[in-house]
Amino acid sequence: MSEYTYPILFGLAAGTLTRIYMLRTDYRQYPTYLHGKIIHVALGFIAAGLGTVAIPSIMEEDFTAITFLTLAASQFREVRNMERNTLTELDSYEMVPRGKTYIEGVAIAFESRNYLVIFTSLLSTLGYLLFNIWGGLAAAVLAILISTKLMSGGRLKDIVDVEFVEPRFDGAGLYVDNIYIMNIGLPERQEEVLRYGMGFILNPKNFNARSTIANLGQRQAILHDVSTALGVYRDSGTPALVPLAKRDLDDGRVGVFVLPQEKDINKALKVIEAVPTLENAIRMPSERQTNGKGS
Amino acid sequence: MVLEKYILAAITTNPSKIPSGTAVFHCEDKKEMEIIAANLEAILDGIAHALTEELYVIVKH
Repeated sequence: MSEYTYPILFGLAAGTLTRIYMLRTDYRQYPTYLHGKIIHVALGFIAAGLGTVAIPSIMEEDFTAITFLTLAASQFREVRNMERNTLTELDSYEMVPRGKTYIEGVAIAFESRNYLVIFTSLLSTLGYLLFNIWGGLAAAVLAILISTKLMSGGRLKDIVDVEFVEPRFDGAGLYVDNIYIMNIGLPERQEEVLRYGMGFILNPKNFNARSTIANLGQRQAILHDVSTALGVYRDSGTPALVPLAKRDLDDGRVGVFVLPQEKDINKALKVIEAVPTLENAIRMPSERQTNGKGS
Repeated sequence: MVLEKYILAAITTNPSKIPSGTAVFHCEDKKEMEIIAANLEAILDGIAHALTEELYVIVKH
Protein backbone atom coordinates (compact mmCIF):
# COMPACT_ATOMS: atom_id res chain seq x y z
CA MET A 1 0.00 0.00 0.00
CA SER A 2 1.30 3.38 -0.91
CA GLU A 3 0.64 6.67 0.81
CA TYR A 4 -1.95 7.36 -1.86
CA THR A 5 -4.09 4.26 -1.36
CA TYR A 6 -6.49 5.74 1.19
CA PRO A 7 -6.84 9.14 -0.49
CA ILE A 8 -7.59 7.41 -3.80
CA LEU A 9 -10.11 5.07 -2.21
CA PHE A 10 -11.67 8.03 -0.47
CA GLY A 11 -11.91 10.03 -3.69
CA LEU A 12 -13.42 7.04 -5.50
CA ALA A 13 -16.03 6.59 -2.80
CA ALA A 14 -16.87 10.29 -2.71
CA GLY A 15 -17.25 10.45 -6.50
CA THR A 16 -19.34 7.30 -6.79
CA LEU A 17 -21.61 8.40 -3.95
CA THR A 18 -22.07 11.78 -5.65
CA ARG A 19 -23.14 9.99 -8.84
CA ILE A 20 -25.61 7.83 -6.92
CA TYR A 21 -26.96 10.93 -5.19
CA MET A 22 -27.43 12.67 -8.56
CA LEU A 23 -29.11 9.61 -10.04
CA ARG A 24 -32.33 10.09 -8.15
CA THR A 25 -35.38 8.78 -9.93
CA ASP A 26 -37.84 11.62 -10.04
CA TYR A 27 -41.07 12.37 -11.85
CA ARG A 28 -39.30 12.10 -15.18
CA GLN A 29 -39.18 8.39 -14.47
CA TYR A 30 -35.78 7.98 -15.91
CA PRO A 31 -33.83 5.85 -15.40
CA THR A 32 -36.26 3.62 -13.53
CA TYR A 33 -34.86 0.27 -14.44
CA LEU A 34 -32.03 -1.36 -12.59
CA HIS A 35 -29.79 -1.88 -15.58
CA GLY A 36 -29.94 1.75 -16.56
CA LYS A 37 -28.83 2.68 -13.07
CA ILE A 38 -26.01 0.17 -13.09
CA ILE A 39 -24.66 1.67 -16.32
CA HIS A 40 -24.57 5.13 -14.81
CA VAL A 41 -23.15 4.08 -11.45
CA ALA A 42 -20.42 2.14 -13.28
CA LEU A 43 -19.61 5.12 -15.48
CA GLY A 44 -19.67 7.32 -12.38
CA PHE A 45 -17.15 4.98 -10.78
CA ILE A 46 -14.88 5.28 -13.81
CA ALA A 47 -15.23 9.07 -13.71
CA ALA A 48 -14.39 9.05 -10.01
CA GLY A 49 -11.31 6.97 -10.76
CA LEU A 50 -10.13 9.40 -13.42
CA GLY A 51 -10.66 12.39 -11.17
CA THR A 52 -9.10 10.90 -8.12
CA VAL A 53 -5.77 9.75 -9.62
CA ALA A 54 -5.10 13.16 -11.14
CA ILE A 55 -3.86 14.65 -7.85
CA PRO A 56 -1.40 11.84 -6.94
CA SER A 57 -0.03 12.02 -10.51
CA ILE A 58 0.67 15.73 -10.10
CA MET A 59 2.28 15.13 -6.72
CA GLU A 60 4.52 12.48 -8.22
CA GLU A 61 5.42 15.02 -10.90
CA ASP A 62 4.03 12.70 -13.52
CA PHE A 63 2.44 15.51 -15.48
CA THR A 64 1.82 13.62 -18.68
CA ALA A 65 -0.54 11.36 -16.76
CA ILE A 66 -2.97 14.25 -16.71
CA THR A 67 -3.54 13.79 -20.43
CA PHE A 68 -5.73 10.80 -19.69
CA LEU A 69 -8.34 13.27 -18.53
CA THR A 70 -8.88 13.94 -22.22
CA LEU A 71 -9.96 10.31 -22.39
CA ALA A 72 -12.68 11.19 -19.95
CA ALA A 73 -14.00 13.88 -22.25
CA SER A 74 -14.48 11.53 -25.20
CA GLN A 75 -15.75 8.77 -22.92
CA PHE A 76 -18.51 10.92 -21.48
CA ARG A 77 -19.44 12.49 -24.76
CA GLU A 78 -20.31 8.92 -25.64
CA VAL A 79 -22.61 8.81 -22.61
CA ARG A 80 -24.46 11.76 -24.05
CA ASN A 81 -24.84 10.01 -27.39
CA MET A 82 -26.05 6.87 -25.70
CA GLU A 83 -28.72 8.70 -23.72
CA ARG A 84 -29.81 10.70 -26.72
CA ASN A 85 -30.17 7.61 -28.89
CA THR A 86 -32.04 5.61 -26.26
CA LEU A 87 -34.47 8.39 -25.46
CA THR A 88 -35.06 9.25 -29.11
CA GLU A 89 -35.86 5.62 -29.86
CA LEU A 90 -38.26 5.42 -26.93
CA ASP A 91 -39.87 8.76 -27.67
CA SER A 92 -41.87 7.49 -30.64
CA TYR A 93 -43.76 5.17 -28.30
CA GLU A 94 -44.66 7.85 -25.77
CA MET A 95 -48.28 9.01 -25.64
CA VAL A 96 -47.00 12.55 -25.45
CA PRO A 97 -43.39 12.64 -26.66
CA ARG A 98 -40.68 14.45 -24.74
CA GLY A 99 -39.44 16.21 -27.83
CA LYS A 100 -35.88 16.57 -29.06
CA THR A 101 -35.02 19.65 -27.00
CA TYR A 102 -35.98 17.92 -23.76
CA ILE A 103 -34.04 14.79 -24.74
CA GLU A 104 -30.98 16.83 -25.56
CA GLY A 105 -31.29 18.51 -22.15
CA VAL A 106 -31.45 15.15 -20.38
CA ALA A 107 -28.48 13.84 -22.41
CA ILE A 108 -26.40 16.91 -21.57
CA ALA A 109 -27.27 16.48 -17.90
CA PHE A 110 -26.02 12.90 -17.96
CA GLU A 111 -22.73 13.95 -19.52
CA SER A 112 -22.15 16.93 -17.26
CA ARG A 113 -22.92 14.94 -14.13
CA ASN A 114 -19.97 12.72 -14.87
CA TYR A 115 -17.77 15.80 -14.98
CA LEU A 116 -19.20 16.87 -11.64
CA VAL A 117 -18.17 13.44 -10.33
CA ILE A 118 -14.61 13.99 -11.62
CA PHE A 119 -14.61 17.38 -9.93
CA THR A 120 -15.84 15.94 -6.61
CA SER A 121 -13.26 13.12 -6.62
CA LEU A 122 -10.48 15.48 -7.53
CA LEU A 123 -11.36 17.90 -4.76
CA SER A 124 -11.84 15.16 -2.14
CA THR A 125 -8.49 13.52 -2.87
CA LEU A 126 -6.80 16.91 -2.84
CA GLY A 127 -8.39 17.70 0.54
CA TYR A 128 -7.27 14.35 1.94
CA LEU A 129 -3.70 14.67 0.69
CA LEU A 130 -3.22 18.30 1.71
CA PHE A 131 -4.74 17.96 5.17
CA ASN A 132 -6.20 14.71 6.45
CA ILE A 133 -9.36 12.63 6.11
CA TRP A 134 -11.42 15.42 7.67
CA GLY A 135 -10.06 17.85 5.15
CA GLY A 136 -11.08 15.36 2.45
CA LEU A 137 -14.53 15.00 3.95
CA ALA A 138 -15.01 18.77 4.08
CA ALA A 139 -13.86 19.06 0.44
CA ALA A 140 -16.27 16.27 -0.57
CA VAL A 141 -19.21 17.96 1.14
CA LEU A 142 -18.32 21.27 -0.44
CA ALA A 143 -18.03 19.64 -3.88
CA ILE A 144 -21.37 17.88 -3.49
CA LEU A 145 -23.01 21.17 -2.49
CA ILE A 146 -21.53 22.87 -5.55
CA SER A 147 -22.66 19.94 -7.74
CA THR A 148 -26.20 20.18 -6.39
CA LYS A 149 -26.26 23.87 -7.13
CA LEU A 150 -24.90 23.33 -10.64
CA MET A 151 -27.22 20.48 -11.57
CA SER A 152 -30.47 22.22 -10.71
CA GLY A 153 -31.71 24.47 -13.49
CA GLY A 154 -34.47 27.05 -13.60
CA ARG A 155 -38.17 26.38 -13.38
CA LEU A 156 -40.93 27.73 -15.55
CA LYS A 157 -42.41 29.71 -12.65
CA ASP A 158 -39.32 31.90 -12.67
CA ILE A 159 -40.13 33.22 -16.12
CA VAL A 160 -43.93 32.99 -16.52
CA ASP A 161 -47.18 33.43 -14.62
CA VAL A 162 -49.50 30.48 -15.13
CA GLU A 163 -53.24 30.91 -15.06
CA PHE A 164 -56.07 28.41 -15.54
CA VAL A 165 -58.63 29.07 -18.27
CA GLU A 166 -61.51 26.81 -19.21
CA PRO A 167 -61.15 25.81 -22.89
CA ARG A 168 -64.09 26.66 -25.16
CA PHE A 169 -65.36 26.10 -28.66
CA ASP A 170 -66.18 28.74 -31.20
CA GLY A 171 -67.79 26.72 -33.98
CA ALA A 172 -65.35 23.90 -34.63
CA GLY A 173 -62.38 25.88 -33.34
CA LEU A 174 -61.01 25.07 -29.91
CA TYR A 175 -59.77 28.09 -27.97
CA VAL A 176 -57.89 28.64 -24.73
CA ASP A 177 -58.69 32.23 -23.82
CA ASN A 178 -58.30 33.95 -27.22
CA ILE A 179 -55.64 31.56 -28.50
CA TYR A 180 -56.72 29.22 -31.27
CA ILE A 181 -55.64 25.64 -30.58
CA MET A 182 -57.16 23.39 -33.24
CA ASN A 183 -60.21 22.49 -35.31
CA ILE A 184 -62.27 19.58 -34.00
CA GLY A 185 -65.21 18.70 -36.23
CA LEU A 186 -67.14 15.97 -34.47
CA PRO A 187 -69.56 17.06 -31.74
CA GLU A 188 -68.84 13.96 -29.65
CA ARG A 189 -65.10 14.70 -29.75
CA GLN A 190 -65.85 18.28 -28.79
CA GLU A 191 -67.77 17.06 -25.75
CA GLU A 192 -64.90 14.80 -24.73
CA VAL A 193 -62.45 17.63 -25.16
CA LEU A 194 -64.53 19.94 -22.98
CA ARG A 195 -65.07 17.26 -20.35
CA TYR A 196 -61.41 16.29 -19.97
CA GLY A 197 -59.56 19.28 -21.36
CA MET A 198 -57.89 21.97 -19.32
CA GLY A 199 -56.47 25.22 -20.59
CA PHE A 200 -53.64 27.29 -19.19
CA ILE A 201 -52.23 30.61 -20.20
CA LEU A 202 -48.53 31.24 -19.72
CA ASN A 203 -47.86 34.93 -19.33
CA PRO A 204 -44.18 35.70 -19.94
CA LYS A 205 -42.70 37.94 -17.25
CA ASN A 206 -40.27 39.63 -19.61
CA PHE A 207 -39.07 39.76 -23.18
CA ASN A 208 -36.50 36.97 -22.72
CA ALA A 209 -39.17 34.66 -21.35
CA ARG A 210 -41.32 35.39 -24.36
CA SER A 211 -38.71 33.90 -26.70
CA THR A 212 -38.01 30.99 -24.37
CA ILE A 213 -41.60 29.77 -24.15
CA ALA A 214 -42.05 30.31 -27.86
CA ASN A 215 -39.55 27.47 -28.40
CA LEU A 216 -41.41 24.40 -29.65
CA GLY A 217 -39.20 22.07 -27.61
CA GLN A 218 -39.99 23.97 -24.42
CA ARG A 219 -43.71 23.78 -25.18
CA GLN A 220 -43.49 20.05 -25.85
CA ALA A 221 -41.66 19.60 -22.54
CA ILE A 222 -44.57 21.29 -20.74
CA LEU A 223 -47.09 18.99 -22.42
CA HIS A 224 -44.99 15.93 -21.67
CA ASP A 225 -44.51 16.81 -18.02
CA VAL A 226 -48.19 17.52 -17.43
CA SER A 227 -49.13 14.30 -19.18
CA THR A 228 -46.72 12.17 -17.15
CA ALA A 229 -47.74 13.80 -13.88
CA LEU A 230 -51.52 13.80 -14.34
CA GLY A 231 -52.06 11.10 -16.95
CA VAL A 232 -53.42 11.72 -20.41
CA TYR A 233 -56.85 11.06 -21.92
CA ARG A 234 -55.62 9.70 -25.20
CA ASP A 235 -54.85 6.51 -27.07
CA SER A 236 -53.33 5.50 -30.36
CA GLY A 237 -56.03 5.95 -33.00
CA THR A 238 -57.48 9.07 -31.35
CA PRO A 239 -55.37 11.77 -32.96
CA ALA A 240 -57.99 14.41 -32.18
CA LEU A 241 -57.29 14.07 -28.47
CA VAL A 242 -53.91 15.66 -28.45
CA PRO A 243 -52.43 18.11 -25.96
CA LEU A 244 -51.18 21.21 -27.74
CA ALA A 245 -49.56 24.53 -26.94
CA LYS A 246 -50.06 27.49 -29.23
CA ARG A 247 -48.82 31.01 -29.14
CA ASP A 248 -50.55 34.36 -29.22
CA LEU A 249 -48.60 36.19 -31.89
CA ASP A 250 -49.52 39.60 -30.53
CA ASP A 251 -48.14 39.42 -27.04
CA GLY A 252 -46.19 36.14 -26.88
CA ARG A 253 -48.49 34.44 -24.38
CA VAL A 254 -48.73 30.68 -24.80
CA GLY A 255 -52.01 28.81 -24.50
CA VAL A 256 -51.53 25.27 -23.23
CA PHE A 257 -54.27 22.73 -23.82
CA VAL A 258 -53.94 19.41 -22.01
CA LEU A 259 -56.16 16.37 -21.47
CA PRO A 260 -55.24 15.02 -18.05
CA GLN A 261 -56.81 11.90 -16.60
CA GLU A 262 -57.01 13.66 -13.29
CA LYS A 263 -58.60 17.09 -13.58
CA ASP A 264 -57.05 18.84 -10.61
CA ILE A 265 -56.40 22.51 -11.32
CA ASN A 266 -54.05 23.19 -8.40
CA LYS A 267 -51.95 20.13 -9.11
CA ALA A 268 -51.73 20.98 -12.80
CA LEU A 269 -50.67 24.56 -12.00
CA LYS A 270 -47.93 23.26 -9.71
CA VAL A 271 -46.74 20.78 -12.35
CA ILE A 272 -46.55 23.44 -15.05
CA GLU A 273 -44.72 25.84 -12.74
CA ALA A 274 -42.18 23.13 -11.94
CA VAL A 275 -41.40 22.29 -15.57
CA PRO A 276 -37.68 22.86 -16.12
CA THR A 277 -36.71 25.69 -18.44
CA LEU A 278 -34.70 23.81 -21.00
CA GLU A 279 -31.16 25.07 -21.42
CA ASN A 280 -31.48 24.76 -25.15
CA ALA A 281 -34.64 26.83 -25.24
CA ILE A 282 -33.42 29.77 -23.19
CA ARG A 283 -33.05 32.91 -25.27
CA MET A 284 -31.77 36.24 -24.09
CA PRO A 285 -32.50 38.86 -26.69
CA SER A 286 -32.09 41.56 -24.03
CA GLU A 287 -28.39 40.65 -23.74
CA ARG A 288 -27.85 41.98 -27.20
CA GLN A 289 -26.48 45.50 -27.22
CA THR A 290 -28.55 46.99 -29.97
CA ASN A 291 -26.57 50.16 -29.93
CA GLY A 292 -23.21 48.54 -29.52
CA LYS A 293 -20.91 46.67 -31.84
CA GLY A 294 -22.35 44.27 -34.36
CA SER A 295 -25.83 45.69 -34.24
CA MET B 1 -43.06 7.62 -46.98
CA VAL B 2 -44.61 9.40 -44.04
CA LEU B 3 -47.47 11.69 -44.91
CA GLU B 4 -47.86 14.91 -43.03
CA LYS B 5 -50.90 17.13 -43.29
CA TYR B 6 -52.73 15.24 -45.97
CA ILE B 7 -56.45 15.15 -46.68
CA LEU B 8 -57.44 11.51 -46.54
CA ALA B 9 -61.17 11.88 -47.22
CA ALA B 10 -63.93 14.43 -47.45
CA ILE B 11 -67.47 14.01 -46.16
CA THR B 12 -70.19 16.32 -47.36
CA THR B 13 -73.93 16.79 -47.49
CA ASN B 14 -73.75 19.27 -50.33
CA PRO B 15 -73.05 17.62 -53.71
CA SER B 16 -72.09 20.95 -55.26
CA LYS B 17 -69.19 21.36 -52.84
CA ILE B 18 -67.29 18.23 -53.76
CA PRO B 19 -63.54 18.63 -53.60
CA SER B 20 -61.65 16.79 -56.31
CA GLY B 21 -58.59 14.63 -55.86
CA THR B 22 -59.70 12.89 -52.70
CA ALA B 23 -62.15 10.24 -51.59
CA VAL B 24 -65.58 11.83 -51.08
CA PHE B 25 -68.44 10.45 -49.02
CA HIS B 26 -71.89 11.85 -49.80
CA CYS B 27 -74.32 11.96 -46.94
CA GLU B 28 -78.01 12.64 -46.62
CA ASP B 29 -77.88 14.80 -43.54
CA LYS B 30 -75.58 16.18 -40.85
CA LYS B 31 -76.18 13.24 -38.53
CA GLU B 32 -75.05 10.69 -41.11
CA MET B 33 -72.08 12.92 -41.93
CA GLU B 34 -71.00 12.94 -38.29
CA ILE B 35 -71.29 9.17 -37.98
CA ILE B 36 -69.24 8.58 -41.11
CA ALA B 37 -66.68 11.17 -40.04
CA ALA B 38 -66.34 9.53 -36.63
CA ASN B 39 -65.81 6.11 -38.19
CA LEU B 40 -63.35 7.39 -40.75
CA GLU B 41 -61.46 9.23 -38.06
CA ALA B 42 -60.92 5.99 -36.15
CA ILE B 43 -60.15 3.94 -39.26
CA LEU B 44 -57.77 6.36 -40.94
CA ASP B 45 -56.14 7.62 -37.77
CA GLY B 46 -56.72 11.20 -38.83
CA ILE B 47 -58.61 14.12 -37.34
CA ALA B 48 -62.07 15.14 -38.55
CA HIS B 49 -62.03 18.88 -39.14
CA ALA B 50 -65.15 20.88 -39.89
CA LEU B 51 -64.55 23.32 -42.73
CA THR B 52 -68.17 24.37 -42.94
CA GLU B 53 -71.43 23.01 -41.58
CA GLU B 54 -71.74 20.77 -44.62
CA LEU B 55 -68.13 19.78 -45.30
CA TYR B 56 -65.81 17.71 -43.11
CA VAL B 57 -62.33 16.59 -44.04
CA ILE B 58 -60.21 13.88 -42.43
CA VAL B 59 -56.65 15.09 -42.16
CA LYS B 60 -53.57 13.07 -41.26
CA HIS B 61 -51.30 15.07 -38.98
